[in-house]
Amino acid sequence: MTDVDNTVEPVEETADDTPVRDLPANETIAALVEQFESAEAVERSYASSDVTYHAITVPVDDWVAFAATARDSGFDAFSDLFAIDHFSEAPRFEVALNVVNMTARERIIVSTRVPYDDASVPTLTDVFAGANFYEREAFDLVGIDFPGHPDLTRILMPDDWVGHPLRKDYDIGSVPVQFKAGSADL
Amino acid sequence: MANVASEPGGFLLTTVEKGVNWARTRSMWPATFGLACCAIEMMGTGAAHNDLARFGMEVFRASPRQADLMIVAGRVSQKMAPVLRQVYDQMAEPKWVIAMGACASSGGMFNNYALVQGVDEVVPVDMYVPGCPPGPQSLMHGILSLQDKIMSGEIQRSTGIL
Amino acid sequence: MSDPTVNDVTEETVDEDVVEAETPEPTVAENRRTQHQIWVSGTEERMPFAESTDEGAQEMLPRDEDPALDIQRGIAVEDDFLMPEHVDESERQIINMGPQHPSTHGVLRLQMELEGEMVRRIKPIIGYLHTGMEKTAETLNYSQGSTNVTRMDYLSPFANELAYSLTVEQLLGIDVPPRADAIRVLMTELNRVASHLLSSATMGMDVGALSMMIYGWREREYVLDFFEKVTGLRMNHNYIRPGGVAADLPDGWEDDVRQIIVLVNEGVDEYEELLNENPIWLDRTLGVGVLTPDEVKAYGITGPVARASGVNWDLRKEHPYCGIDQYEFDVPVGKHGDAFDRYKVRIDEIRESLKIAEQVLDTIPLGDYRSIDPKVTPPPRARIDESMEALIHHFKLFTEGINVPPGVAFQAVEGPRGELGCHIVSKGGPNPWRMRWRAPSFAAVQALPAMMSDSLVADVIAALASTDPVLGDVDR
Repeated sequence: MTDVDNTVEPVEETADDTPVRDLPANETIAALVEQFESAEAVERSYASSDVTYHAITVPVDDWVAFAATARDSGFDAFSDLFAIDHFSEAPRFEVALNVVNMTARERIIVSTRVPYDDASVPTLTDVFAGANFYEREAFDLVGIDFPGHPDLTRILMPDDWVGHPLRKDYDIGSVPVQFKAGSADL
Repeated sequence: MANVASEPGGFLLTTVEKGVNWARTRSMWPATFGLACCAIEMMGTGAAHNDLARFGMEVFRASPRQADLMIVAGRVSQKMAPVLRQVYDQMAEPKWVIAMGACASSGGMFNNYALVQGVDEVVPVDMYVPGCPPGPQSLMHGILSLQDKIMSGEIQRSTGIL
Repeated sequence: MSDPTVNDVTEETVDEDVVEAETPEPTVAENRRTQHQIWVSGTEERMPFAESTDEGAQEMLPRDEDPALDIQRGIAVEDDFLMPEHVDESERQIINMGPQHPSTHGVLRLQMELEGEMVRRIKPIIGYLHTGMEKTAETLNYSQGSTNVTRMDYLSPFANELAYSLTVEQLLGIDVPPRADAIRVLMTELNRVASHLLSSATMGMDVGALSMMIYGWREREYVLDFFEKVTGLRMNHNYIRPGGVAADLPDGWEDDVRQIIVLVNEGVDEYEELLNENPIWLDRTLGVGVLTPDEVKAYGITGPVARASGVNWDLRKEHPYCGIDQYEFDVPVGKHGDAFDRYKVRIDEIRESLKIAEQVLDTIPLGDYRSIDPKVTPPPRARIDESMEALIHHFKLFTEGINVPPGVAFQAVEGPRGELGCHIVSKGGPNPWRMRWRAPSFAAVQALPAMMSDSLVADVIAALASTDPVLGDVDR
């Protein structure tokens, strides 16, 4: 099964020149996406399965509001929150939230992008209690700041570690073994 | 490592020493230091199918004060290394260390920033058991080989008393 | 009790335990119930306690009336040294449990603020097993990826490999043959059996039923022997790979699986006979470590822990994969969300998984055990001598790796601990750009304070054991 892109409705200019948005066919997701102007949704389907999920991108200013709206409209089962370092693309960092609607059996992965010099995303701990440890991990490994987080300290690395290991400019730190050079001298 | 034959005292003391070594090997109590997947196989070695109790070793003491053998079973991360050293220091002499598995012996398949590349960077190791994870039979072979080494006097600790 | 922040200092007043002058002396059972009710908030029904016994000296008196506590706290002293007036009534100590501990299920460190035997605050500190697996995955290619991923949740290696393989197949856009799907279902369900056996065994050992440890491992050995026969390894198999499975099932596997089904069912009968109505077990696990459904959803907990709290969410039913919806099985759901329910849900799940294994036995189709796409699966060894293309494909697959088009994919499977998901960002090439592992135990460890604050130390052990975290998953 291949990726299913935005369901295409012919984009027509209405009488007062406001373009019609491409909303996904799924009603639950469409209702959610409609409330935010700059949200865009893409549908993807699982392998070996008929299940689909939606990947939605929002700007960082809508991050908390979108998460709260999603939670209130049924997507209250928190699943995951993590950060990705797109090294050469700008904006560099992406933070993604994975939530599930257990009654409608839907999953959405909401993501936002922040640049390197302002790598901060408002915290979601007030919306989902489970975001606590996940945001600490994103801070620890990728270096995203979450203003408003109650305890933004390192969680996986030792407390005095320097650097954020999952960034692309952080070396893997391998030692040389026989017939293979390493990259560090641990 | 002192040679048994050169111990002063002659015949009587070497027999006593052999007896002491025999006693040490026949009730070597392991300290629980199971970290990751190897810990599961270590528990399997202590379970009914491959029984460690027949070698006097089924009592895995949680307190390092009461343990003789530390089986480092699993990958040792940077955060865990000082804990490992502290537990080793708290064990009373005579003590031995088995590095179980590839990650404990050499860092295993994880040659990266997060793991100590071989537990012998932190504690002195007496026996390396390869495998990922080593099955109970491999671990038992390692333990029995360590027991042979102790019995033969090859491994000695410089405590000054026997 | 669903306080997500662990740094708040909860001000405990003495007034909760003061007995009113009008009401009669509470009985032992009522004392127990009051004590447990502190964390039973949210559940509607009363805990089904065992009948109360008159144990006289075992009563926990209200705080003001217990003279022994005063001496322990240094307020009433036997000698003539006078304590200063302003001694703090609630003297609390911060004690560390772990990382090296026989009952923490791995290297988990729990910082507990203790007031006598009651745990007021608890803070889990993780990271002692951090292996940098997500970073390692960026250096390994897609064929090697399943060796890395299988070591994360080391009690369910097949489930890890399945989540990873499905995600890669989603990126590649390929389908696997139905026989491969059936084999995958068989191996993951047997893995669930082995994992739940171990979880019940360690829970028994932690709560005190040491024989449970030996029994659980006895049945687990049958399953591990079968795994060794099929994959070559007892654990960390690297068997389920993108494109299918590594090798077909060996001859005679049906008899082995039938024997496993019979023997493990008998074993589970023994465990239920030992534990289900055992008064000590019931006392230790009923009403302990309760999680309400709202807490479960807010913390992102899935799997048996969520189902024991009444949240009926099983990815095998809701988002089925690998054709698992063609098999008939039930999903056990608990009501109270305490440690006993979690144990019972796991025991019932063992039986359901064995039912699925039996159905796979009867309905497995013949065919290929891996996709024939030459860009993904290496050709059979015999073909390399005959065909030039086969030789070239083999060479490219083993030197460069599978070439995956750019894209993003996520897929989750139902592991023994819950929703096990893999999110891969690919920018083309043989290595993933970023592999994110959605670990079910990470959420469970995060919810430990919600489960364990204001409980006894012994209850902390029982609750932790019933949550069944695997630190390899938590720390990755």
